[in-house]
Amino acid sequence: MTPTPPGAPIEVLLIEDNADDATLTTRALEQAKVRNRVRLAVTGLEALAMLRREGPYANTPRPDLILLDLNLPGKDGRAVLAEIKVDDELRDIPVVVVTGSSAPADVVQSYRLHANAYVTKPIDAQAFLEAVNSIERFWLQIVRLP
Amino acid sequence: MDAGGVPIEILLVEDNPGDARLTREALRDAKVRNRLHVAADGVDALAFLRREGKHAAVPKPDLILLDLNLPKKDGREVLDEIKRDDGLRHIPVVILTTSQAERDIAESYRLRANAYVTKPVDLEQFLKVVRSIEHFWLEIVKLSRV
Repeated sequence: MTPTPPGAPIEVLLIEDNADDATLTTRALEQAKVRNRVRLAVTGLEALAMLRREGPYANTPRPDLILLDLNLPGKDGRAVLAEIKVDDELRDIPVVVVTGSSAPADVVQSYRLHANAYVTKPIDAQAFLEAVNSIERFWLQIVRLP
Repeated sequence: MDAGGVPIEILLVEDNPGDARLTREALRDAKVRNRLHVAADGVDALAFLRREGKHAAVPKPDLILLDLNLPKKDGREVLDEIKRDDGLRHIPVVILTTSQAERDIAESYRLRANAYVTKPVDLEQFLKVVRSIEHFWLEIVKLSRV
């Protein structure tokens, strides 16, 4: 069931401008059963530069999974999602939207832009950790990643 | 997270009656109210989704579980048609298949599958996987219910 060969950690790209949310997510993933490495991008532009290995990111590994906030400074998460999913080199990487927004318009738009899943961030820290743990269990332990 | 009165409508596209029965059993115990509809081949699945013929009055599913190897119309074709259809592509499609072939995994993500899960042969493991799908997609994910 577990997809990864024992040696290679799963590379997770977290696109998140809120430092507290980033810390909580990283900490929850550190405790995961499946070995993984989290890289953080705090703006949409930085995320796309990493994904395209531009400039200082020439040696950044390709992520196996992307966790994407929608409300980002500069280039919005929706625009980042759209760019990933029209890019033939990137579009097979699963993108889980993790956002404070539960607006139905954001949900349907994200799925139409081919988000792989949409998760609303609980405000409560404990509930937030549980949501990240659930994402980890499903995407790192159950799913076969490309 | 979609609690409330309205059950979540799930379309299972599966030609193996044993697997369909097991999936139904696992989902029956779910925390979140749901209703499972089964289509046993790809043509019937698309007729269901488009409400054709005998399916005129069926609800639009909130989630699709799709086997790849199906009679009449293959699961890959069904996936491709769903994800090219503006009225359907927002519905998450989780591939649930025995195939572990890297080619099938890569192709499914390229065709916009939301997640790819392999069916374990072992009964207990199979139930565990269906419950994981249920937990993540019915309790954690925000589905687009339009």
